[in-house]
Amino acid sequence: MSVPRFWREIPARYNLIGTKCETCGTHYFPPRRLCPKCRRQGKIVEHQFKGTGEVVTYSTVYTPGESWIGSKPYTLAIIKLDEGPMMTSQVICEPSEVKIGMRVKRVFRKIGQDGEKGMIHYGTKFVPDKK
Amino acid sequence: MKLGISAYGAYVPRYRIKVDEIAKVWGDDADDYKNGLMVTEKSVPDMDEDTATIAVEAARNAILRGADPKKIGAIYVGSESHPYAVKPTATIVAAAIGAPNRMTAADYEFACKAGTAAVQTCMGVVAAGIAETGMAIGADVSQGAPGDALEYTAAAGGAAFVISKENHIAVINHTCSFTTDTPDFWRREGADYPRHGGRFTGEPGYFKHVLSASKMMLEHQGTKPSDYAYAVFHQPNGKFPSRAAQTLGFTKEQIKPGLTCPKMGNTYSGASMVGLAATLDIAKPGDRIFVTSFGSGAGSDSFDITVTDRITEVQDKATKVWDYIRDAKYIDYATYAKHKGKINVDS
Repeated sequence: MSVPRFWREIPARYNLIGTKCETCGTHYFPPRRLCPKCRRQGKIVEHQFKGTGEVVTYSTVYTPGESWIGSKPYTLAIIKLDEGPMMTSQVICEPSEVKIGMRVKRVFRKIGQDGEKGMIHYGTKFVPDKK
Repeated sequence: MKLGISAYGAYVPRYRIKVDEIAKVWGDDADDYKNGLMVTEKSVPDMDEDTATIAVEAARNAILRGADPKKIGAIYVGSESHPYAVKPTATIVAAAIGAPNRMTAADYEFACKAGTAAVQTCMGVVAAGIAETGMAIGADVSQGAPGDALEYTAAAGGAAFVISKENHIAVINHTCSFTTDTPDFWRREGADYPRHGGRFTGEPGYFKHVLSASKMMLEHQGTKPSDYAYAVFHQPNGKFPSRAAQTLGFTKEQIKPGLTCPKMGNTYSGASMVGLAATLDIAKPGDRIFVTSFGSGAGSDSFDITVTDRITEVQDKATKVWDYIRDAKYIDYATYAKHKGKINVDS
């Protein structure tokens, strides 16, 4: 990933900053600059997601790409944020722990790096929300 | 003008390795280490955790306990294991907690006392009116060479403290330091693991500085150990802080809540700060807490703290230190070696 691209996406990656259309109340993540429902009548404003949601579906990866070989097995899930939008993220837990409908909350983790000497990419992953 | 702590938060990774497991690999007598160091297990970071992620989680716990990120005017992060040699951890923390851009930030390094040095710097910038509040963090994913005695204790964790003139959960009555040029422990630029002077780290290192700073504090304040409800000393193992406490006249009960090292190891820059966070987790209004850190190289910072009535409003708003410690997942040495990057993967 290029340095400017990662830098541009820091608010979304670190803090789940997306957008919300004040006209129809729909939340967007990743952020949209135009509400596809309201078009010109839409009023888009920045919105920080709470970082809680539930697992819609998941897949446990046993044959990852080379850079993830040390992390296998790991679980990727589609998470429905409580405000509505769905996103793909890693859920940090044992493969046997993850269930459809499981409540999850955000944590701050390394999500990748540009080799041993390049930039470290930080961002949001999820863990089971035991509350 | 009173300076104090208006919020605090800590974080300890979930993984643990037992001293028995490390001793088995290196052919050491586990009981020797467990009794000698008074440590039974230590925390290990996950594959995707480092000093920056630990610092952020600790800082976010401080925000859950009421810190307003928009009022933060300074962030200092003390660590021996900043993820970048050049590129501050403090800016990553600032972005991740939503602190404003009109602030100052820097990373600190003074072996295990960089975190308390950050607290003192925050006290300075807040007292001078440069910042309304400052956040001081001590966090580490500590390094210890495979087979070295340090490997039995080098752990991962950290704590964050917000320093301000008002809204205190604890008032800092006084701070003082004792510093000398003592080469008891070091890591050269580019080296993966620190080196140390073995037994030399004890008397001329830890004890000389911890006892000198602590005695200076008692003298400045005209207090005696029995005036304090609790005491926290830097904890490279369980034995050193216990002996320092005994020498000064503090009891086992006074250091018990903050003595986290036996169950989670030495978090270097985080060690005394995690101990203070654990003590604040159970402290009652009016309790007085004595804290002395130690950083090799060498120096000690001492603090005299009085807990205020507001403590009870914030204690339950974020995960407590001993709750993190109890939520442990044990791993074997091979998994630990992978987590700590001690296995070379050709990819």
